[in-house]
Amino acid sequence: MELTTLTYLFVGTTFALYIGIAIWARASTTSEFYVAGKGIHPVANGMATAADWMSAASFISMAGLIAFNGYGASVFLMGWTGGYVLLALLLAPYLRKFGKFTVPEFIGERYYSRTARVVAVICLILASITYVIGQMKGIGVAFSRFLETDYDTGLYIGMGIVFIYSVLGGMKGITYTQIAQYCVLIFAYTVPAIFISLNITGNPIPQLGILSTMAEGNTYMMDKLNLVVSELGFNEYTTQVLGSKLNMFAYTLTLMIGTAGLPHVIIRFFTVPKVKDARATAGWALVFIAILYTTAPAVGSMARLNLMNTIQTGPVGEVTANIEYENRPQWFKNWESTGLLKFEDKNGDGRIQYYNDKNADFAAKADSFGWKGNEMVKVDRDIMVLANPEIANLPNWVIALVVAGGLAAALSTAAGLLLAIASSISHDLLKGIFRPDISEREELMAGRIAMAGAIAMAGYFGLHPPDFAAGTVAIAFGLAASSIFPALMMGIFNKKVNRTGAIAGMITGISITMLYVFQHKGIMFIPGTSFLGDMSPSWFFGISPNAFGCVGALANFAVAIGVSKMTAPVPDHIQHLVEDIRIPAGSGAATEH
Amino acid sequence: MNKSDYWKENLRLVAILLAIWFAVSFLFGIILVDTLNVIRVGGVGLGFWFAQQGSIYTFLVLIFVYAKKMNTLDRKYNVHED
Repeated sequence: MELTTLTYLFVGTTFALYIGIAIWARASTTSEFYVAGKGIHPVANGMATAADWMSAASFISMAGLIAFNGYGASVFLMGWTGGYVLLALLLAPYLRKFGKFTVPEFIGERYYSRTARVVAVICLILASITYVIGQMKGIGVAFSRFLETDYDTGLYIGMGIVFIYSVLGGMKGITYTQIAQYCVLIFAYTVPAIFISLNITGNPIPQLGILSTMAEGNTYMMDKLNLVVSELGFNEYTTQVLGSKLNMFAYTLTLMIGTAGLPHVIIRFFTVPKVKDARATAGWALVFIAILYTTAPAVGSMARLNLMNTIQTGPVGEVTANIEYENRPQWFKNWESTGLLKFEDKNGDGRIQYYNDKNADFAAKADSFGWKGNEMVKVDRDIMVLANPEIANLPNWVIALVVAGGLAAALSTAAGLLLAIASSISHDLLKGIFRPDISEREELMAGRIAMAGAIAMAGYFGLHPPDFAAGTVAIAFGLAASSIFPALMMGIFNKKVNRTGAIAGMITGISITMLYVFQHKGIMFIPGTSFLGDMSPSWFFGISPNAFGCVGALANFAVAIGVSKMTAPVPDHIQHLVEDIRIPAGSGAATEH
Repeated sequence: MNKSDYWKENLRLVAILLAIWFAVSFLFGIILVDTLNVIRVGGVGLGFWFAQQGSIYTFLVLIFVYAKKMNTLDRKYNVHED
């Protein structure tokens, strides 16, 4: 069957499945809308958490970043998995014991302050919206390829589908749907990886493929890749760093603590029956996440190898060793039509030269071949995973499957995040603070309106995303890391941190992070408004804006503890509350207040 | 057998597990990566392997060890649920 037909078929079938489940399990009460009852098994909840967690950033974007940054992209691999250790050991069991619906609810009660709750809501919304912008980028890429339109049109269509999809259900619908989405996305991710690993190395397990020799000859696959990229002036794959070692350290730490501070993940741990299950759920979630994350290095490295070999078909410098533009493969043409891949014949020889013209030594050499600069003027990193099966000449059904998987990943996360935004506005702000007498119907309606607003805003920013999908998402993690995580952790592990300290800490943390991001990425990410360029020489100790959240988090901890020492101590009943959270016994179901 | 002993044991367990968490990711994967890369596993250096594979496997083990040890601890101090 033709690719377009197959893609429609796969995407159509999977969507019908999700929507069917959403309607079947439609939430009718507020408690069902926010948390799906209590009866969800840790394995099922772990799977849904994994789907919630693995977004367009993980599915569509991450392997592309790995492909082009090699070792440097390890920050995403470690950062987005290591956070679960923090979540399991430092937060999940205690938040479950506390037994409320939302993160701001915990912060408001632990710091006995409505102001603290409002500050938490604002931090949470800022982080979540930034996160949704990243998803919109991924959705835009997937839809533009799938419908063969330009990126902007793909984005608009994606917005419409996210709207219909997430406004329909609540948490209850989402949990079951997300289990289905996990199955689709993991199948879609691993099947092409297995095929490609088998083609390149003869080993069907991608995790072992990257350690193996090439199917033909005795060269190790990674050595071969290092050779291929460095012959064209690019940095060696297995040793290139992202900025500097310090930047990589900060980046990894930011993603880890951001993971443990993101509301849509934390909210999952309110839905398990017991404290014991909260600990296990984090483990199961990571099992399901690790399947994708340990496969991603294979997808990235092998995609890079295939890409390089497609364009540079023979020895560097030989005239006929570069593919003729006229004979470019079909996938090349398809991605050109989205505008995410661009070729410019700088030396007018009708062939494609793809090399690193920023490398002065190699550029001089390239000049002697008659090359006039890198002709692959745009290779959007976010297209790599979707293009990968086409580059590797895999059968059409695999390609269609990957598109369906990418959409599943983006949709499941967008829906989870939108729910977190909706609940913080309708439940925390409206019902919790401004209109305690609001009816359930009105609360649900307010939540749905908040979702629609968030989609429109994220879509608008998605037209000019501040970074690739994974980079944008990293900024969201920085915001969560610098505000929510320290407040939660101190709330459990330090009885002395009081109201004033927590509020001052959160405001300091998020302000530092946000100002740093804005001064390099533009105010509200609007291009051209950054007053310091987005270039490494102007970065503080070489730490990139995406990696700055951990600095904000440190400031948050320091300010909160310092201010608490100087202001009125924590009241006794709150200290008892903290002691009570620390032991599992006596946990009831999540309750209304 | 009181709650503060339970809390202290919990904190000690968390500290040990987090030390391992730090070692496999930040230490082996970033700080000592070049040194460890001298040792080769398959076609890659050990530091690279920890950064892209080994750390993730270790994280998994850490969480399940924590869950198991805490369940035992809950019973020892009789603070478990139902």
